[in-house]
Amino acid sequence: MSNVITDKDGVKRYLITLNVNGDEHTILVKGNTTLTNALRDQLDLTGTKRGCELGDCGSCTVLFDGRPINSCMKLAVEAEGHEIITIEGVAANGELDAIQQSMINHAAVQCGYCTPGMVLSAKALLTRNPHPTEPEVREAIAGNLCRCTGYVHIVEAVLAASRGVLAPDDGAHATAGGAK
Amino acid sequence: MSKNYNVIGHSKPKIDGPEKVSGAAKYTGDLKFPNMLHGKILTSPHAHARILSIDTSEAEKLPGVKAVITHKDVPTLKYGLSPARWDENIFCSEKTRFVGDKVAAVACLDEETCYKALKLIKVEYEVLPAVLDFLTAMDEGQPLVHEEYARNINTEIHQEFGDVAKAFAEAHHVRTDTFIGQRTYQCPIEPHSAISMWDAGKLTIYSSTQSPHYFQHYIAREFGMDIGDVRVLKTFVGGGFGGKLEPTGLEFAGAVLAKITSRPVRMFYDRAEMFAHNRGRHAQQMEITTGVDKDGKILGAYANFKMDGGAYTSLGIASAYYAGALLPMTYEFDNFKFDMYRVYTNLPACGAQRGHGAPQPKYAFESHLDNVAKDLGIDPMDIRIRNARRPDTVTPNDFKINSCHMKECLERAREISGWDEKKKNKVPGRGIGVSTGSFVTGAGYPIYRTDLPHASAFIRVNEDGTAATLYTGSVDIGQGSDTVLCQMAAEAMGYRYEQMKIVAADTETTPLDFGAYASRQTYMSGTAVKLAGEEVKKQILEMASFMLSLPPEDLDCEDGIIFSKSRDDKSITFQEAARKHFVLRGPLMGKGVYTPPKLGGTFKGAAVGTSPAYSFGAQIGEVEIDAETGEISVLGIWDVHDCGKVINPRLLHGQVHGALFMGMGESVWEEVLFDDKGKIINAELANYKMLTAMDMPPIESEVIDSYEPTGPWGAKEVGEGSTNPTLGMFSNAIFDAMGVRVNSLPLTYEKVWRALKEKREQEAAEKA
Ligand code: FES
Ligand code: FES
Repeated sequence: MSNVITDKDGVKRYLITLNVNGDEHTILVKGNTTLTNALRDQLDLTGTKRGCELGDCGSCTVLFDGRPINSCMKLAVEAEGHEIITIEGVAANGELDAIQQSMINHAAVQCGYCTPGMVLSAKALLTRNPHPTEPEVREAIAGNLCRCTGYVHIVEAVLAASRGVLAPDDGAHATAGGAK
Repeated sequence: MSKNYNVIGHSKPKIDGPEKVSGAAKYTGDLKFPNMLHGKILTSPHAHARILSIDTSEAEKLPGVKAVITHKDVPTLKYGLSPARWDENIFCSEKTRFVGDKVAAVACLDEETCYKALKLIKVEYEVLPAVLDFLTAMDEGQPLVHEEYARNINTEIHQEFGDVAKAFAEAHHVRTDTFIGQRTYQCPIEPHSAISMWDAGKLTIYSSTQSPHYFQHYIAREFGMDIGDVRVLKTFVGGGFGGKLEPTGLEFAGAVLAKITSRPVRMFYDRAEMFAHNRGRHAQQMEITTGVDKDGKILGAYANFKMDGGAYTSLGIASAYYAGALLPMTYEFDNFKFDMYRVYTNLPACGAQRGHGAPQPKYAFESHLDNVAKDLGIDPMDIRIRNARRPDTVTPNDFKINSCHMKECLERAREISGWDEKKKNKVPGRGIGVSTGSFVTGAGYPIYRTDLPHASAFIRVNEDGTAATLYTGSVDIGQGSDTVLCQMAAEAMGYRYEQMKIVAADTETTPLDFGAYASRQTYMSGTAVKLAGEEVKKQILEMASFMLSLPPEDLDCEDGIIFSKSRDDKSITFQEAARKHFVLRGPLMGKGVYTPPKLGGTFKGAAVGTSPAYSFGAQIGEVEIDAETGEISVLGIWDVHDCGKVINPRLLHGQVHGALFMGMGESVWEEVLFDDKGKIINAELANYKMLTAMDMPPIESEVIDSYEPTGPWGAKEVGEGSTNPTLGMFSNAIFDAMGVRVNSLPLTYEKVWRALKEKREQEAAEKA
């Protein structure tokens, strides 16, 4: 367990080591510090977004030992000893992941606020299931709300990435299958 | 019409794509400045209450609290959309008018301290009776939300064009229906935030805004400053949909907190505060009467509406006018009457949400039109095609329509949806519905009274021609204007999109543009950008003419290559000529400006709804209803849009999908709900029921080959127009499926189930 320090007001601080994107960071957090805030405020990894802080929107998604979680629902102290991947860890060495490239090519990004979470949820899906069906893609990103795209191009982009075809077959006509 | 271009008309990848997919894109709430404080606003827990006293002393004593402000510390000038209706203060001084009304604010070392400090501010209230029902708000004896506004009337509109009474008298059939539209909320995924800071009497605000210019205007006015001393800029914005179009307490209170503490202050709304601030779609009651001849040709229509404005004007006067103004767009008729009361209630203020003012009236009118068609035994598709607006016509309220492919949109939607087949072989429990929509391509008049042009831009080519930067005040809030405008700049210059850069939406470094609202930027900002690009091209061709010893008229430039039109062997690159230009003449720059022509009639309110061009569209949807539970499954949606020349097809369809998604949510699921004290009971995304990827049906989006003669390369709007038909389309599909009409939005499973149950009971009673 982490070192506990009590400050002058009697508030406990925890000295924890987080493994984020393969790097170890030792930081001091409060018991109520969420993983989202630790990543954003202390490690400056602001690609993890805050959209609701209630576990509803998924914009704070990170991979937690490979599983997508809402980091606003996880305390920083609970994250010690786990492997965390944030969006900044996906395009390591500056090379975009197939999902990221496919998202750009399909215009699956509008305002981009949901995008980091979408990419991570999709990445977790393709890691455990490299050739998902469309309903499986929809299910995998169902915890990531997007207000801009109607999810149409996002679903296309993830399916395309799973097939290794990153460029859309383009025309002025865009169609996509649905949830059913 | 379908000329091929090098840059426009192609699905170029978004210019900000790499930053957004990699998490590098910084939104306002991601920014940090040295010495920065955090701020929060204390709001009223009561819908209507007199403030008896405010005691901030305990909060001030809390360690980490740097400033606590109330109405005593801020300017008292009221603000709002129009001078005649300025009715909102930075902080309430005498009374609060809704749960969430601004009372005080704090600036602290961290966010947690802010929340603690807010709890320590003691406000003594005398709770007053509240007006919560907009339908009775005008009744005698109701409490007044604002003492200066008798009977709680915020805006009253009475317009008549032609002679509606005569049209009804001559009609073969006249029918009246009444519908209710619900309050919805824009729900951008990025919460509003703002960071304010002062430097030697100058104020800088980073804001999550749709219009830095409008914010700058109102903030300068509020603080009595020169507009040149206020800088408003944005980084990335995580969606707006109308909800980030006017300055909020975050900017106003943040600026004061930053001034008092001499430190940057970052403020944000959490999700519940966003809902409370609101400014979403008005709830409204819509009574519609239409007179038709025996073939279903519309002779006249009367719209008698009442809308729930909430506690303040916000942008809502415009919504009230738009509600009527955009009704006579997609169908041609000469006689139109519109009465509207926008009333005050003790609920959060309503404002502009995607499709501003138009989607609900469209829902009412389109549902009503299906009822009329049924009365006459006419197919809903046929009655629409029969009445569809034609190009080069004028609406009864004096809007000039140039390009218009309403009829083609309907016919194409009919074809791709399999309408005729589905109507012929009707499957029990299934229904198909059609609806139309139209929207402005930018407002014909400015958002506030001014004679300034609506858009301007300049382009600077760098010294060796390897890059060019577009400077524009236009605002990319996700819709992709940065990309589309760079495509337009490159096309006009004869340059390559891949070499374009952009600086946008900063009142200090970019030229004036009114921003992202009313679907205006592709057209208006785009026209300014096109002119700027053409000015660059003219200069570069002159330089090339000198370099190649050929007359400039013989030269053209495409895709970064300057070539002779008469000789194959003569060409140089844009880069070479640009470098030479810099060496001999200095920076290569071009500028452009756009002001709409004078538009519209002279009656009161004639300006709202005017636009240099209008989009048109038709939507068809097919649903299946579970008679046992009322559950609605959406089997498919077909959208066909007339939006002029398409600049970026993928981004365009993305706009249609997003607009449709929002409209679909509003049709069946989304609604802001209040308890009997005026407090929102579902101020979270889960209980507000925003749709997930699993809820979305297959969507087919198509465009009609169309050219708008006044638009840049023939372009017009798409971003908001596709929300307009959606609500009516669902209403009609559900009606077709079950044969009874639900007359209020959202068309929830429960309402559908009840309607079916009543229908069954009625049928049983008739049999008995
Ligand atoms: S911020 Fe974590 S789910 Fe919304
Ligand atoms: S792109 Fe804006 S929320 Fe998804």
